[in-house]
Amino acid sequence: MGDMPIIDEAKCQRCGLCVSICVCGALVMEDNAVKVIQVENCGWCTMCELVCPNGAISCPFEIVVETTRD
Amino acid sequence: MAVNLDSLKSLPYFSGLSESVLLSVNQHVFEKKAERGEILVFEGEPAETLYFVVAGVVKVFKTSADGKEQIYRIIRPGDSFNDVPILADGVNLASAAAMSAVVLNGIKKKDLEAVSREYPQVALNIIKVLSLRVEELVSLVEDFSFRRVSGRVAKILLEHTGNGGGERPRLTQQEMAAMIGTAREMVGRSFRSLEEEGAIRIERNRIIIVNQEILKKIAGITG
Ligand code: SF4
Ligand code: SF4
Repeated sequence: MGDMPIIDEAKCQRCGLCVSICVCGALVMEDNAVKVIQVENCGWCTMCELVCPNGAISCPFEIVVETTRD
Repeated sequence: MAVNLDSLKSLPYFSGLSESVLLSVNQHVFEKKAERGEILVFEGEPAETLYFVVAGVVKVFKTSADGKEQIYRIIRPGDSFNDVPILADGVNLASAAAMSAVVLNGIKKKDLEAVSREYPQVALNIIKVLSLRVEELVSLVEDFSFRRVSGRVAKILLEHTGNGGGERPRLTQQEMAAMIGTAREMVGRSFRSLEEEGAIRIERNRIIIVNQEILKKIAGITG
């Protein structure tokens, strides 16, 4: 399975904004904490990172050089 | 008409007002709810309402001729949007859409004018809000030599390329923005432009450098 956005629980203020905007259902508020669930259709839109007021979510990119060329 | 006084009080526009003034202002404020994806303000239309976000998130964006969306601001609870065109008597400078279900408070232009004529504290608050907006814009303008930002993004990509083995470097748009000293939105825009120029390809959370030569050229690295 693919990577998922990462939540820094120490920074998260549980405001729920990320949960409210995510279209894929990967982010859920459970027991007053935001959890990330593995879902197929998180397209790495990075909107959760963008809306978080506390910099608590990160959607990092891996940078690689294409190896096969045709 | 009329909304929760506490949420009104917490807005920069109405801070420092007495309870009685707030009550009178509140007569002009109305609540609006919208679903995710709903367009709240259309670019180019006459600006009529100033909105405050009470709950949820709103994006302010423009759409280019080829249909690509560029987000300018993210409006979270407590922030307002559409201020500048309302006060400038103009048209909406950008569109705004709900990114989640949202609750907004709105005040019509003519009512805001009436209120600020009656209560000078509101006029002073407006000046403060606008000054902050100007500050934001100045920092955006400083960034606006877009080619410069793209070039630095290209350089970062070249410097942080994984070699296929071991721990691969991973960077967020936020981190790249901080490295360059630019706004995060500018990094996203650079990605798209580098993709269009055929230097990179983005596959979900992987940035694949497909043409190092082009990328080096954009980064200003010669030889
Ligand atoms: S990247 Fe987009 S789709 Fe994935 S969790 Fe964040 S908001 Fe949801
Ligand atoms: S937006 Fe940020 S602070 Fe708010 S719940 Fe999500 S991760 Fe936590």
